[in-house]
Amino acid sequence: MILDSKAPTGPIDQAWEQARFDFKLVNPANKRKHSIIVVGSGLAGASASATLGELGYRVQCFCFQDSPRRAHSIAAQGGINAAKNYQNDGDSVYRLFYDTVKGGDFRAREANVYRLAQMSVNIIDQCVAQGVPFAREYGGALTNRSFGGAQVSRTFYARGQTGQQLLLGAYQALERQIHAGTVTMHPRTEMLDLIVIDGKARGIVARHLVTGVITTHFADAVILGTGGYGNVYYLSTNAKGSNVTAIWRAHKRGALFANPCYTQIHPTCIPVSGDYQSKLTLMSESLRNDGRIWVPLKAGDKRSPDQIPEAERDYYLERRYPSFGNLVPRDVASRNAKAVCDEGRGVGETGLGVYLDFTDAIRRLGEKTIRDRYDNLFDMYQRITDENPYKVPMRIYPAIHYTMGGLWVDYNLQSTIPGLFVIGEANFSDHGANRLGASALMQGLSDGYFVVPYTVGNYLATNKFSAVLDTAPEVKQAVACVKQTIELLLSIKGKRTVDSFHRELGKIVWDYCGMSRTAAGLESAIGQIRALQEEYWKNVNVPGSGDDLNQSLEKAGRVADFFELAELMCIDALNRNESCGGHFREEYQTPEGEAQRDDEHYSYVAAWDYRGPGNPPTLTKEPLEFHYVHPSQRSYK
Amino acid sequence: MKVTLKIWRQKNRKEAGKFVSYPIEVASVEMSMLECIDVLNEQLIERGEEPVSFEHDCREGICGSCGFMINGVAHGPQRATTVCQLTMRHFKDGQELVLEPWRASAFPIIKDLIVDRRSFDRIIASGGYISVSTGNAVDGNSHLIGKETADRAMDAAACIGCGACVAACPNASSALFTGAKISHLGILPQGKPERDKRALGMVAQMNAEGFGSCTNIGECTGVCPKEIQLEVIAVMNRDYLRSSVNRRDELGTTITPFTEWSTGAKYGTPNVQE
Repeated sequence: MILDSKAPTGPIDQAWEQARFDFKLVNPANKRKHSIIVVGSGLAGASASATLGELGYRVQCFCFQDSPRRAHSIAAQGGINAAKNYQNDGDSVYRLFYDTVKGGDFRAREANVYRLAQMSVNIIDQCVAQGVPFAREYGGALTNRSFGGAQVSRTFYARGQTGQQLLLGAYQALERQIHAGTVTMHPRTEMLDLIVIDGKARGIVARHLVTGVITTHFADAVILGTGGYGNVYYLSTNAKGSNVTAIWRAHKRGALFANPCYTQIHPTCIPVSGDYQSKLTLMSESLRNDGRIWVPLKAGDKRSPDQIPEAERDYYLERRYPSFGNLVPRDVASRNAKAVCDEGRGVGETGLGVYLDFTDAIRRLGEKTIRDRYDNLFDMYQRITDENPYKVPMRIYPAIHYTMGGLWVDYNLQSTIPGLFVIGEANFSDHGANRLGASALMQGLSDGYFVVPYTVGNYLATNKFSAVLDTAPEVKQAVACVKQTIELLLSIKGKRTVDSFHRELGKIVWDYCGMSRTAAGLESAIGQIRALQEEYWKNVNVPGSGDDLNQSLEKAGRVADFFELAELMCIDALNRNESCGGHFREEYQTPEGEAQRDDEHYSYVAAWDYRGPGNPPTLTKEPLEFHYVHPSQRSYK
Repeated sequence: MKVTLKIWRQKNRKEAGKFVSYPIEVASVEMSMLECIDVLNEQLIERGEEPVSFEHDCREGICGSCGFMINGVAHGPQRATTVCQLTMRHFKDGQELVLEPWRASAFPIIKDLIVDRRSFDRIIASGGYISVSTGNAVDGNSHLIGKETADRAMDAAACIGCGACVAACPNASSALFTGAKISHLGILPQGKPERDKRALGMVAQMNAEGFGSCTNIGECTGVCPKEIQLEVIAVMNRDYLRSSVNRRDELGTTITPFTEWSTGAKYGTPNVQE
C-alpha cells in the first residue's frame, strides 16, 4: 500500500486556501440529504457535530457518557495556543508552526501543522463569540500565559479550567443544533464496530449502555473523535471511561494505525500513593511558569524540604537547560525527573517525586498574585494530599497524559477507509513524537470547527451513496461479531476481575513501553502481554448480563482491545530504532543523555495494518519531508 | 480503618430498591470515596455478587459525572469537593456512611446510584448558548471585557452540571444550575442580545421538566462543588421578569413546552431509538 498524504504542494502558507478552493461543494439544498455520524462529543466531536449541523447536514452524534458535556476534553486545565501575537513578543503563525514541528521532534507532517497554526487564530475568535470567559486584562483585552516549549506568551486560558470552558462552548453550540433538529444526540451509546460496505465507511454498530440493546446506524460518512488511548497504562490522567475501542475496531476493519508508540508522559502529576489508586491527577503545566523544580543534591537526603539549604538543592532543569529552564517541553522535563529519581534523589515516601516549589514566586509576587493564577490547582493539590502548597513545595511525578499516535489520516483527515474521518486526539497527525502544552485543545477545535466540515463536504460531493439496509451481509456480520464478543466475555465466568487484568497490563506497558524503552524490554513485554491476554480470555470474571446496565461488561470489552493495542505499541516501539520525543530508546541517546534521532532511517510515519488475530501486523511507511523547518538536534539549552 | 457503606441498591426503575450494608476495610485515608467503592466492587465480583453501579469519569472533580448523597449531604461533608476527590480522611473509624442517589422526579433513577440527568441537557438546549455559527466571529479583542466582568462570568460558568444543587434542594429546584448559565452568558456583552429569549426558554423548560420552584433556602450553594453563588438565581429571576414584560405577547407560546420531547422524557424510559 502507498500512503498518499494528499498534502498540497506549493507554498505552505497558501496550501489550505488552495485545498479549500479545490474542494467540491455540496449545494445547500442537498446538504440535508446527507447524513453523518460523529462518534465522540469532546472538543473535536462536539465542534464537528455543531458545525456540520449548522451547515445543514443531518448529524447523529454518539457518546458513552450520560451527556456530551462530560467528554474528557473538559479536564484540560492550562490553556490553548494561538498565534495572535497580542503580547507583541514576536509570535506569528510561522513561529507557532515552527515550535510545533520542532516540539514534535520532526515527526509530524508539515502541511498539517501549518494549517493548525493558521486555524489557531480563528479558534480564539470563535470561542470568544460563544461566550468562553477567557482571562482578561483590567483594560478588557485578552491575556496570555507562557507554556512549555515556547519562548512567547501565546496561551489563552480560563483559570485552570480552559478545557471545561472550551468544551462547554462547543457543547452549547451542539445543544443549539440539537434543539434546531439538525443533530440527534445518542448519549450512553457506545460504538462497538464500524460498518464498511464496498470499501466505504457507512455506519456503526453501537450498544445502548442502559438497555444493552445492540443497534445499527447508517450514514454517508463516519467521523471518529473518540480521544486517545492513554488508559492502556491503567494509571493515567485520562478519565476512567477513555478507551481505544472505537478506533481499534475501525483499525480491525482496515484503518491503518499510525505511530502507536508515541505517548506523552506529563511531568507534573501528583505522585502515586497506593495500590488502590484508580487514576492520576494532573497539575497544569502552567505551574512551571512560577514554580521551580528541584531535588536534593545528595541521594537519600530525607530531610524535610525547608531544612535543605539552597546550596544543597539541585534545580536540575535550570542547571541543564539555562535558556528554557523549568519551561522545557514535557518529554524533556519528564525524562529528567525520572533520571534524578533513578539516582536515588527522588522525594516523598516512595522516592518517586520531585519538588515544585513556589517559595520564590510568592516572595517575588506575593501570595495574592499566585492565588489569582493558580488557586483552583493549589486547592486541588491540598484536597488530595492534605498539604498546603503555599507553605510546602508540591511533590510531582510524571504520568501518562496524551497519546500522539492514532489512526492514520491524510491532509483531509480521512483514514485509509474512504468515508471514515478521524479528528482530535484519535488521529495521529499534528504533534509528531511529542505534543507541546496547550496544543491539544487547539487541534481538537481546529479539526472539528474548521477542517473536517470542509473535507467531509468534498467527500460527499464526489461520491455516490445508495441506501444501506439492515439485511446487508456486511451489517449482519458486524452485528454478529459484536454480539459474539459480548456473549463470550459473559460466558467465561473465571476467577479474576477485569480491573485486576487491566492493572497488570498497565504495569507491563508502563515498565517496558513507558518513559524509557529498550529492545530487550519490549521483546519481553510482548511475551508478557500475550500470556496475560491468553489468561484473560480464559479466566476473566464479568458478572451480570448483557441486557441491562453492566459497567463490568463495558470495561471488559475495552480492556480486550487494550491488550491488542499494547502489543502493537511494543511492536512499533521495537521497530523504531531511534529516540524521538516521547519515544526514548535507551540504546539511542547522545552523550548528554538527550534523545538521539535517526533521520536517515526513521523520518517516516509508521502505519500498521491489522492482519487478523495471531498474525503480525504489516508496516507501511509515509516518508516525512521537511521543506520549511530543517530537522536538527532539538536543543533547549 | 473500617467503615460500613450502606448503599442504595436498585436494579432498574421498575423494581423496588433497598439499602444494603457492606462493611469495608479502608487501606489508606488517602483513598477517595470512589476508590473505596472500587475496592468493594472487586470484592463483590469475587464473591459472585453484582457490583454497585455508580457514575464517574474524570475523577478530577470537573466532568460532573459523579455524585451521590453521603449521610444526607450531596457529595458528602467536605466543602467544594465532588465525591471523586473526597478522601476517606474526612470519616471516622467505624462510621456508617449512607450512600443514596440524587432524589428528584426530574432525575429518574437508572440503577443503584445512577440517575438520568438529561433534563439538564434539555434546559441548555432551550437557550443556554449564544447563537453564533462557526465562521461568524469577529476578532477576540473586539469585545473589551473588563477583568472583573470576565471573572464574574467565569465564576458562574464554572458549573459542572453534576446535579447536587437539585438533590440538596427540598423542592428539587434546578434554579442554581439554570441561573448559573443565564448569568454566565448574560454578564458578557456577546450574550446580551439573546438575554430575554434565553431566560424565557430556559425557565420554561426547567418548569416543563418538573423541577420544583426556588424558595431561597440556599442548600444548593452550600453543597455546590464549584461554589456557585445564590446571586445567579436572582439574576435569573430578574432576567425572567424583565423578559416576561418585554416579550409579553410571546409568553403564551413560550411557557408551554415547545418541543415534544420536553415533556416526554420525564415519564418515558430510556429509548434506544432516541
